[in-house]
Amino acid sequence: MDEIRFILNGRETAYTGGAGDRLLDVLRKDYRCTSVKCGCGEGECGACAVLIDGRLMNSCCVAMGAVEGAEIMTLEGYRETERFTVLDRAFARATAVQCGYCIPGMVLAAEALLRRNPHPGPEEIREAISGNLCRCTGYNAIVEAISLAAKEGNGVW
Amino acid sequence: MEDISRSVVKKDHAPKMSGRSVYVGDYETARDGRPILFGKLLHSRLARARVLGVEVPPLPEGYFYVDAKDVPGDNNVNIVLDDTPVFCRETVEYIGEPIAMLCGPDEAAVRRLASECRVEYEELEPVLDLRRAQESFFDYEYGHGDPEKAFAEADRVFEEEFETGYQDQTYLEPQGMMAEPEADGGMYVHGSLQCVYYVHGALARALGCPREAVHVFQDVTGGAFGGKEDFPSILGCQVAVAARKCAAPVRCVFDRRDDLEFTPKRHPSLSRYKVAVKDGLITAMDIDVRFNAGAYSTLSAVVLQRGIIAAPGVYRVPNLHVRGRAMKTNTAPSGAYRGFGAPQTFFAVEMMMDHIARDLGMSSLEFKERNLVRQGDATSTSGEYHFPVPLPAMVEEVDALSDFRRKQREYAAPQTGRYHRGVGLSLVYHGAGFTGSGERDLIKAVCRLRKSAAGEVEILASNGDIGQGVRTTFPKIVARELGLPLEKVSFAHPDTGRVPDSGPTVASRSLMVVGELLRRAAIRLRESWEEGREQEVEERFREPDYLLPFDLDAFRGDAYPTYAWSVSAVELELDTCTGQTRVLGACGSFDVGTPVDENIVRGQMEGGFLQGLGYSSMEKMDYDGKGRIRNNSFSDYLIPTAVDVPRLECVLHVEKYPDGPYGAKGAGELPLVGVPAAYAEAMEQALGGDGRVCHVPFTAEDALLAMAAGET
Repeated sequence: MDEIRFILNGRETAYTGGAGDRLLDVLRKDYRCTSVKCGCGEGECGACAVLIDGRLMNSCCVAMGAVEGAEIMTLEGYRETERFTVLDRAFARATAVQCGYCIPGMVLAAEALLRRNPHPGPEEIREAISGNLCRCTGYNAIVEAISLAAKEGNGVW
Repeated sequence: MEDISRSVVKKDHAPKMSGRSVYVGDYETARDGRPILFGKLLHSRLARARVLGVEVPPLPEGYFYVDAKDVPGDNNVNIVLDDTPVFCRETVEYIGEPIAMLCGPDEAAVRRLASECRVEYEELEPVLDLRRAQESFFDYEYGHGDPEKAFAEADRVFEEEFETGYQDQTYLEPQGMMAEPEADGGMYVHGSLQCVYYVHGALARALGCPREAVHVFQDVTGGAFGGKEDFPSILGCQVAVAARKCAAPVRCVFDRRDDLEFTPKRHPSLSRYKVAVKDGLITAMDIDVRFNAGAYSTLSAVVLQRGIIAAPGVYRVPNLHVRGRAMKTNTAPSGAYRGFGAPQTFFAVEMMMDHIARDLGMSSLEFKERNLVRQGDATSTSGEYHFPVPLPAMVEEVDALSDFRRKQREYAAPQTGRYHRGVGLSLVYHGAGFTGSGERDLIKAVCRLRKSAAGEVEILASNGDIGQGVRTTFPKIVARELGLPLEKVSFAHPDTGRVPDSGPTVASRSLMVVGELLRRAAIRLRESWEEGREQEVEERFREPDYLLPFDLDAFRGDAYPTYAWSVSAVELELDTCTGQTRVLGACGSFDVGTPVDENIVRGQMEGGFLQGLGYSSMEKMDYDGKGRIRNNSFSDYLIPTAVDVPRLECVLHVEKYPDGPYGAKGAGELPLVGVPAAYAEAMEQALGGDGRVCHVPFTAEDALLAMAAGET
């Protein structure tokens, strides 16, 4: 049987299930990456967003066949990085975490933004997280946190 | 700033931020390692029908079909009344009503089996239109003075009708519950929920077992906003009944479409106002409120009570008559959502005031300020505003932030060009805690502090963190009174096996009511503190002695011990070609007393405000002629994203409440309540002419229709 080979959080991985399986389900069930949340299952809310080759993608809309050769990063891997530490401190200071369900996707959205633009303005931040729904915060605290991280993480991105 | 208000790193920050928090859908196995069966509800496809039978496909081994016949106790979920079935009775009363649950190890197989069930219905005529609904679950009436005389003597009498639509709570984590049968015959139920003891009481009844045989735990909960107040009791009973039949752990997590379509939402409303004005002052109001309760009564009694008590707004109304009814329709039961009935009536009364002012040729703000209640005035229910009413000062704060008065004058002039602007402002209160004597007579909150020999203190209370921060604010209070570092005080998610019943996590009550009990308990622990010994103290609710006891039959007395206040302003720009609006700025002043953590309170205000803007403008949900909700996905039911309201500013005005911890009052619900009226007033101004906004949500399509009507 053909395997689907990809890198998950820095580790070479071979998936032997179907090419049509949803990445979201595979990450949660087969690899126990439960930071990846399902908020809608149809690509609208961003709770399941992961980084695929550095790009933010909703894993509920990605079939396993499409990740052959790709590098996938979930919060399970990202939380081990220095960049995460900077975001962690900033989110804590801005009290940007309420229920927490949107946070894994939101953090990866912040990473996807900061790696291409280390010093974004508030409007760019809002645009970059506009595919990630948060019902708790009204977004101000999250925008402030990402702004703070960009400032304090000088050189990390 | 008070010391207690200084923000700390939230106690649940680290696990949530790193994605380690375990939500109900994240468990790999049950507690004892057994695999979890997947549960899928079989929902009614008709709004009203007799269920003649269900043809169930052959079930492979290990798969189960669970329905009302399997309920060991009473097939009624104990909420306020007991009319909501665990699984349907002979009839189904709304689209989505649970008929049965299919359970088994493989998700795809369970879904297939559920889709292969053939339900034989005898279709009955549903009641769908709130205006035509005849049956009311609750019908309340109250008032004071002599409205008839006041109307007869009035300079002018104004009459109008207002409508509000559904609003879905849209917590990011959908509803989900899990039940695990225990070796000793007990049942362990946990999930995404607000009120462990509500679920606990409902389970004991449905399972027909003693209360000690069930215990309930709140998992990390991905948002609730009222939506997980009653529904987890229903879903909890369903998974528990299923787990009993399957003799295995069962979990049911809703997908978004089922959640949007079938679970409780804010009550749609229809309010008719008749107002008498004499010498520029309101002399009487006659108000008729109808809420669409849906098919079962669930929380409608209490939602309606709060709604009609708030119906005259923040104004002095010497002669008042209010009638409120919760009408049965064949739609999904409406439920609790931030504001709990008050957003509907505050929208109506604020718009009514705006329209009267316009007809009198006055500015709306001036007319409202002239009629404002003050400290010492009677409330709508002949109670008393015992504490200062800070609204005038808060209006000035908002005016300074938004330049409201100047803009209102400026935008009143005829506007040309494609984009028209408008501003609106509203004044509201939110009564914190249960309505009436609920805290004293029904809840009777109890909480405890347990100190270990090592000097660490654990808070034992049944209030759950749903994002609002009680896992942090409760320990802050206790740590401060005991002079301990925050790390020495812990507060886990509530488990009925360990914590006393300090009441549900609702009504903006947790911090104000239970927080104060914890403060008192901490003082007693401090006074009796003995090094190296285990100690426990308990504190029970006592009603403040200045209250005029509330009589629910007569709707008389103090409905709330105190009030949180807000002034909200919205500025928007309307594209007269497309009907689309942009919110240019939104700001509010909020008096929730002393903030027990400024960032946490600010987060509540901002989050609530944005939900209010969604309710006002884009969150439209409706059902068709068959009673089916069509807006059941995020592409049809839109909630605000980060780009929708870039300028949202909330300031805190502190009017301390002596019976809340350090002066804190209820906070969570307040910020949403006044937003629809502020938005709608701004919209009216942008529309110009005689355009009146009498319903929310007011969408781009509504704006186009209003502009088209204005042109003819």
